[in-house]
Amino acid sequence: MLSSLLSGPGFLGTSPEMLALFVGFGLVVGVLFGFFGMGGSFLVTPALLMLDYPAPVAVGSGMAFVFGTAVIATLKHHDLGQVDYKLGVIMITGTTIGIEVGRASVYYLESMGLAGGVISVAYVVLLGGVGAMVTRDALRGDGGGGIDHEAADKDLDEYEIPEIAKTIQWTVRIPPMVTLRGDVRVSAWVITAVAFATGVLSGFLGVGGGFIRMPAMIYAIGVPVPVAVGTDLFEIVFSGGLGSYLYGQGGGVNLGIVAPLLFGSALGARVGSAATAVVDADGIKVYFGGMLLIGSIAVGIGEVGSYLGNPTLELLGLVLVVGAAVVVAFAVLYTAVSSLRVTSRQQPSTTD
Amino acid sequence: MAGLEIPSWDPETALLIGAILLEAFVLYVGYGGLERLVGPYLMRLIVGGDTSAQ
Repeated sequence: MLSSLLSGPGFLGTSPEMLALFVGFGLVVGVLFGFFGMGGSFLVTPALLMLDYPAPVAVGSGMAFVFGTAVIATLKHHDLGQVDYKLGVIMITGTTIGIEVGRASVYYLESMGLAGGVISVAYVVLLGGVGAMVTRDALRGDGGGGIDHEAADKDLDEYEIPEIAKTIQWTVRIPPMVTLRGDVRVSAWVITAVAFATGVLSGFLGVGGGFIRMPAMIYAIGVPVPVAVGTDLFEIVFSGGLGSYLYGQGGGVNLGIVAPLLFGSALGARVGSAATAVVDADGIKVYFGGMLLIGSIAVGIGEVGSYLGNPTLELLGLVLVVGAAVVVAFAVLYTAVSSLRVTSRQQPSTTD
Repeated sequence: MAGLEIPSWDPETALLIGAILLEAFVLYVGYGGLERLVGPYLMRLIVGGDTSAQ
């Protein structure tokens, strides 16, 4: 059985050059994921689409990559006690159904020959929208988007539930009501609705959906930030695992893509996560927002190139997506190293 | 493949997903060990001197 996996087109079918490219790209994606706490999968599926992989393979392999990344990140958050298993289990049902609806939509569109185009357009809208939101908040100094590193260091008792979450908790009181960590009491239906909506997005685009689910957990359910991050990842382990399984049954998961991506991203995520201890994220978030905006434009250019049959435009789109991610990842690393050196000069006798 | 599906048991796909799960565990443990092993040395190298890190 294992030999068929290794000798099949899924693994040896990927050339050494492509394996190296995937490891490098995984490293870059890992740094961004480890530092910003999101955006890990934003770039993988569009890049695979631009590399001319069929839509189900691009989405399925993107989802399997998200699954592997979530397993690694959940192990870390479990060690930190930041996973609400009750909330995660409730969310799994809604997300699973949502993912299946999204996945069925991809195959339906694929049967009509529209999947690649529709998914690319959805990515343009999504990357553009989230990119604009993150950039706007970063320029305002609100620090929007991704993990708030200072907030993530607080005790769970110190968190204030957002007003909108309080309103939802008091308005929607359809039983069964559930008590979550941080003494949050909310209707199971609110949790399921949030889970379903983000599940559809995950299944359709092959993303973890954390960039929507995390704010939704914080603002719709009222979960403290670290618990939202940890529980989101725990939930992705199951939903992403099932989604990958379903795509895998249709031949949509390519181990030759997922394995090298994961190999690079696991290392990158450690580096990115370590960088959060020494770098002020607010200064860099504007670049992250810019990267998402460039990614949005790049996917658009790639899709126009594909529509016109112009390989130069397709290549330009791919270079822009990968280039933007590489630039922001290097900005994170450069800032981290600079901060470390400044700190070591200021406190020459202090141990770290 | 279009339409909603109840997942059916497929040993080859299960093995594929299992391989990704195994890789994730191995990478978590492996990179964790590597970080403990070479992390302090890398920190000294990055900050540029023996006087600073650790």
